[in-house]
Amino acid sequence: MSSNGVMIDLRGITRIYDMGAVQVEALRGINLEITGNEYVAIMGPSGSGKSTLMNLIGCLDTPTAGSYRLDGQDVSRLEGDDLAKIRNQRIGFVFQTFNLLPRADALRNVELPLVYAGIALKERRARALEALERVRLADRADHRPNQLSGGQRQRVAVARALVTRPSIILADEPTGNLDSKTGEDILGLFEELHRDGNTIVLVTHEATVAERAGRIVRIVDGLVA
Amino acid sequence: MSGLLETLRLATTALLANKLRATLTTTGVVIGVTTVMAISAVIAGLDRSFSEQIEGIGSSVLYIQKYPWIPNAEWWSLRNRRNLGWREHDAVAQQARSVEAVAPMISQQIRVVHRDRWLDGVAVTGTNEQYRLVYGADPEDGRFLMPADLHYRKSNCVVGSKVADELFEGRDPLGERVKIAGLHYRVIGVLPEQGEILGFDMDSQVFIPIGAFARHFGSRRSIDIAVKVSSTDRLDDARDELTGILRRVRRVPPDEEDDFSINEQSLLTNLYRSLTAALYTTATVVGGISLLVGGIGIMNIMTVAVTERVKEIGIRKAVGARRSHILGQFLSESIVVSGVGGLLGVALGFIAAWGLDSATPLHPVVTVGGVALGLGFSAAVGVIFGVYPAARAAALNPVDALAQGSDT
Ligand SMILES: Nc1ncnc2c1ncn2[C@@H]1O[C@H](COP(=O)(O)OP(=O)(O)OP(=O)(O)O)[C@@H](O)[C@H]1O
Ligand SMILES: [Mg+2]
Repeated sequence: MSSNGVMIDLRGITRIYDMGAVQVEALRGINLEITGNEYVAIMGPSGSGKSTLMNLIGCLDTPTAGSYRLDGQDVSRLEGDDLAKIRNQRIGFVFQTFNLLPRADALRNVELPLVYAGIALKERRARALEALERVRLADRADHRPNQLSGGQRQRVAVARALVTRPSIILADEPTGNLDSKTGEDILGLFEELHRDGNTIVLVTHEATVAERAGRIVRIVDGLVA
Repeated sequence: MSGLLETLRLATTALLANKLRATLTTTGVVIGVTTVMAISAVIAGLDRSFSEQIEGIGSSVLYIQKYPWIPNAEWWSLRNRRNLGWREHDAVAQQARSVEAVAPMISQQIRVVHRDRWLDGVAVTGTNEQYRLVYGADPEDGRFLMPADLHYRKSNCVVGSKVADELFEGRDPLGERVKIAGLHYRVIGVLPEQGEILGFDMDSQVFIPIGAFARHFGSRRSIDIAVKVSSTDRLDDARDELTGILRRVRRVPPDEEDDFSINEQSLLTNLYRSLTAALYTTATVVGGISLLVGGIGIMNIMTVAVTERVKEIGIRKAVGARRSHILGQFLSESIVVSGVGGLLGVALGFIAAWGLDSATPLHPVVTVGGVALGLGFSAAVGVIFGVYPAARAAALNPVDALAQGSDT
């Protein structure tokens, strides 16, 4: 990965939700560049379009108009399986609500992206365990999400995000459902990942959280303020 | 391979999470497969007993007779047919190139007596030594009629196994005499047991030289001529040749229809087929309905499974699952349900066949084809009715899918 070139390059990105009778213009022309190994916090009022933007950056969604170059590749016109491949190989996503599979234990949750990457069982297990060690949860590998605390669940989610060694780690309000102390643990993890060379983009409402990032981007009403 | 196992493991786990529902769905498939298998076993059983019944007719034997076995609509036009006699027999025996053996036959059902014992309704047939070649009728004791018996119209006879058993009660019949309509015949051969052909008891027969038969019972009746063809491929050629010979010898004008019939086993087979066609249709319809019922159950459970797990699908897609992964996951679940149903159905099919065998006059036969049909049926149901829900799951948009529900 080119760690110091432009990793994320958004130009004139709009995203309009077509609700039939009304059209919601969630993003109205976003221009944003994020360099490799940057740590960026995105802030903004509720409904300003932060999650919409994160979904676009994470290739979960595609823009209505505008261009998105990810590490040099134009991904704004890709769809379906091509996007899935990019999500799988280049992106680690951490959600506010963890989004773990309830019936699978921590190890299997972390392993999941590797399954879809087509990696053989043995290597998969080893790498998943390594990722769990990284978030200091190797001793909980066989616990299911409902046998873990909120902070532990989010650490499993972080392990899942980094297990494929992605170019960027995206986190949409990762501490939003955690108390301040466990939130602190998670932020500590992100800082470690950042030190190790990862590019990190994080959405937050809390100024104290945002201040720890290298740069703060403010979104207001679908535009970078 | 490990990928397949992993998929199956996943499918099984997901299904076990809701045992009752999986069981109910499986039941539909089980019933369908059992039905299909039981019906195919009954049909196979009918086929088998039919072919056993007509086997003795001989697949490469043509029967030149006055009347057809299966008369067509214009049966009244048959009334004025002339008898078949020696002229026809001799012409065929001398001229036909495509035949291996020619046996004349004329029969009478009558009582056969030995001392104080008798058997009624025995088919006494006048024939010649060629009968043995046409039917492979080799006596297990003694010999069959030979040219000398024919030439001298000897009062010798060959008896079927039932005649031997009933009249001689285990004593050796060879050299003994039986009385038929007041005349005595000496037993020179005993045939092995042959069973029945379409209800006719092959073992309750006596064969005498045809000349002796004519002397004894008169010669005003039409004779049947059984002709053995070297192989079934040559039946058509032989039929054409025989038709030509017979038309010539009977002087049938070119513009008139044959005034004789050439019968063969396949006539009965065809009749059987046309009679059982209705049964096959019924079986297909019943099978189709069970397929639909089982399939709707599968579609239902899979639709519910997909709806319940939209969030899970969203998570899987978010971390990189492609369409084919999701499609495969849900399709394998539906195939596991229907496959388990199929295996149970096959097991029940065996039991059903056994039950029908002991409780009804039918003798169902479970064939490899029947089992394959049952399993193929269940797999097809799993795939056909699983595809739609699975494809719906695979087509979900990850953002929308993740937005649903809000657990863990
Ligand atoms: N799937 C959707 N369909 C229609 N409108 C949507 C959809 N998702 C988001 N929106 C709208 O787009 C706008 C931006 O929403 P978004 O979720 O990006 O805001 P946000 O900045 O993440 O807010 P919050 O801080 O509350 O999470 C909102 O007006 C929202 O109602
Ligand atoms: Mg949001």
